[in-house]
Amino acid sequence: MQKDISKAAAPGIKAEIDLRRRPRRGEQIIQSTLWLCGLLSVLITVGIVVVLFFDALAFFGLDEVTLAEFFTGTAWQPKILQFGLFPLFNATVLTSAIGLLVAVPLGLMIAIYLSEYASPRARNLLKPTMEILAGVPTVVFGYFALNFITPILQGVFGRDVVEIFNVASAGIVIGILIIPTISSMSEDALSATPRALREGAYALGATRLETAVRVVLPAAISGIAAAVIVGMARAVGETMVVAIAAGAGPRNFSAWGDALSGLSFLNPFKAAETMTGHMVRISGGDLSYDSIDYNSIFAIGMMLFLMTMMLNLISRWIVRRFREEY
Amino acid sequence: MAGDMRSNDGFPQGESYAGFVRKRRRVGTFFRTLFLLATVLGVVILAVLVLDVANDAFGYVAIQNQVAPESLAEDLEELPQEELLAILTANISAGRLRALNAQALVAERSQEEVLALVVSEVVRPKIVESWSLAESIFERARIEAELATIPNAVLEFKAWLNWDFITAPQSSDPTSAGIRTAILGSIWVTLIAFLVATPLGVGAATYLEEYSKGGKLDGLIETNINNLAGVPSIIYGMLGLAVFVRFFGQITSGVVFGAADPSTANGRTILAAGMTLGLLILPLVIINAREAIRATPRAFREASYGLGATKWQTTWHHVLPNALPGILTGVILSVSRAFGETAPLIVVGVSTFIVVDPAGPFSKFTTLPVQIFQWTARPQEEFQRLAAAAILALLFLLLTLNATAIYLRNRFARRY
Repeated sequence: MQKDISKAAAPGIKAEIDLRRRPRRGEQIIQSTLWLCGLLSVLITVGIVVVLFFDALAFFGLDEVTLAEFFTGTAWQPKILQFGLFPLFNATVLTSAIGLLVAVPLGLMIAIYLSEYASPRARNLLKPTMEILAGVPTVVFGYFALNFITPILQGVFGRDVVEIFNVASAGIVIGILIIPTISSMSEDALSATPRALREGAYALGATRLETAVRVVLPAAISGIAAAVIVGMARAVGETMVVAIAAGAGPRNFSAWGDALSGLSFLNPFKAAETMTGHMVRISGGDLSYDSIDYNSIFAIGMMLFLMTMMLNLISRWIVRRFREEY
Repeated sequence: MAGDMRSNDGFPQGESYAGFVRKRRRVGTFFRTLFLLATVLGVVILAVLVLDVANDAFGYVAIQNQVAPESLAEDLEELPQEELLAILTANISAGRLRALNAQALVAERSQEEVLALVVSEVVRPKIVESWSLAESIFERARIEAELATIPNAVLEFKAWLNWDFITAPQSSDPTSAGIRTAILGSIWVTLIAFLVATPLGVGAATYLEEYSKGGKLDGLIETNINNLAGVPSIIYGMLGLAVFVRFFGQITSGVVFGAADPSTANGRTILAAGMTLGLLILPLVIINAREAIRATPRAFREASYGLGATKWQTTWHHVLPNALPGILTGVILSVSRAFGETAPLIVVGVSTFIVVDPAGPFSKFTTLPVQIFQWTARPQEEFQRLAAAAILALLFLLLTLNATAIYLRNRFARRY
């Protein structure tokens, strides 16, 4: 029956001709072009690594700079050729830590509410709001930190305690900035746990809270940990908020003892320039190539790139390693 | 019932059982409220952010005139063009008059135009103090008292965000500064980022979804795209600075096309900035486009192959048109991200002060977010007000872009 139809439909075609063998040059060219588009993304990464590496290498190759000083020095003062990364690194860690203190509890609570409690209608209203918050440009958050959060902090703790530029206000606003990242990734993880787990918990008499916290949360913990780490990477790389609100000069120390006395390196109410903030301030002027300033921001940039890359890889690894399969 | 329960492991019985349940319910209600409050707080923060900016962008200002208008005439606005012209020529230098005449003959300008000239050239109003919207509404008495301490100052309600602000070029004088140069710069840079990222991004997404056979290299490309999406934007700025500004400076400054003077060109142009942002949003475009392409049902492809179409014919005529709304939404969202970026542009080398409109891809430029940053960085209150007004304009433009994306998503969303 089938043979008859094929013969009738294509009377002139001999059976041996294999259409797949016909070369299609156009198709191959298109496929290669598309492949090149994909490959370009790899080239971008290679470009970033090469650019950062070579200019950082040029920086460390200078007679004035030593690797030991870069990693153990306590002052970053390019004018007098002191290049200790610690003041910048310390400020980055401080702002990020304050940001996470704000964003992790809030982001998690929002995620649990949206995933476990909210009615579909409330969710449809609240999720876009979070998306809008995520879409606000960071420079706007910088303005908000300087003109809203800082005056509030000064009002609460006193003007003589809180400087105009301070780490706390930048950190709090970075926290606000990464709430949507943490809440939406965590919510995805929570929503992905199977319904049967919840039903099982309810059947055993658990309340909604007990189900959410003791059953759903542990099941989604890998996704939530990944969300927190991605948030951390964003906080570390955040630039405009700290450039505007955290301070326009590194918080230098004459020696380690100076930094540790009274834990002054931890003071959140004083100004401190972060790695990203310093990069922005230095490039703000017309930077001449191969100057020590030019090379130094590439060295800082490489450290920043390594830090965020590491965090992103850890988050990917956590998801792969600890994911519960249902 | 309670009496029938067997007692084991100290599980509460009878009345204490009811109390146990009540306590668990109370804890449940408490945390439910806490979670709700956290969510509401997120919404409140967004509202406070917008209100704070709006609060700073409107309000009373104290204006001090360099020359009192009353000393020139009783009522300037009522004067005919000829008399205003006389006042103008009597009070400004001959050189300034020549400069004004060079733009357009002053004598042939209309009454309103000459009036505006008299105000800006002779009266020269200067803002000496400004108040926020909340202060203007609730603390009128304090404002009046402060005003009295400023010699010959006039109180005036000023909307910092107004049509003149949007259409005027940048200026060092806060009364006449505007954001036209910055908006045009933003549009140019974003347009180039769009032109760079869309074909490359959609091409890469098509390859990964339709052609990739999941080999080692394809896996590398996939992981790499996800990693790139997490790289801080300032790092892209350094890439742009080293590659587009420095290495390809001859091309990005337009020297090789004869479009720029080789002695002054330095590659810190719209083209270099746009390409940098293009690379920045490329991973986003790819990720979004892949999702849209993946959502096209397999049956579409099978039907096309069944009719004898080649892979590319299937992709071009069936898969991509079907995925177009999704791709477009993703592209618009990515473009709006590029529109709001600041840090990479500062690193690439935005101009600090520029009053001429950008003329093409080889022009020097500033953008709206960069302008906001530069105003915010200045200590004077007037510049903070300008920054607030510019933020409102920026948020409005972004909202329009995002609303378009959401409209497209809902309008063309297909369910199978």
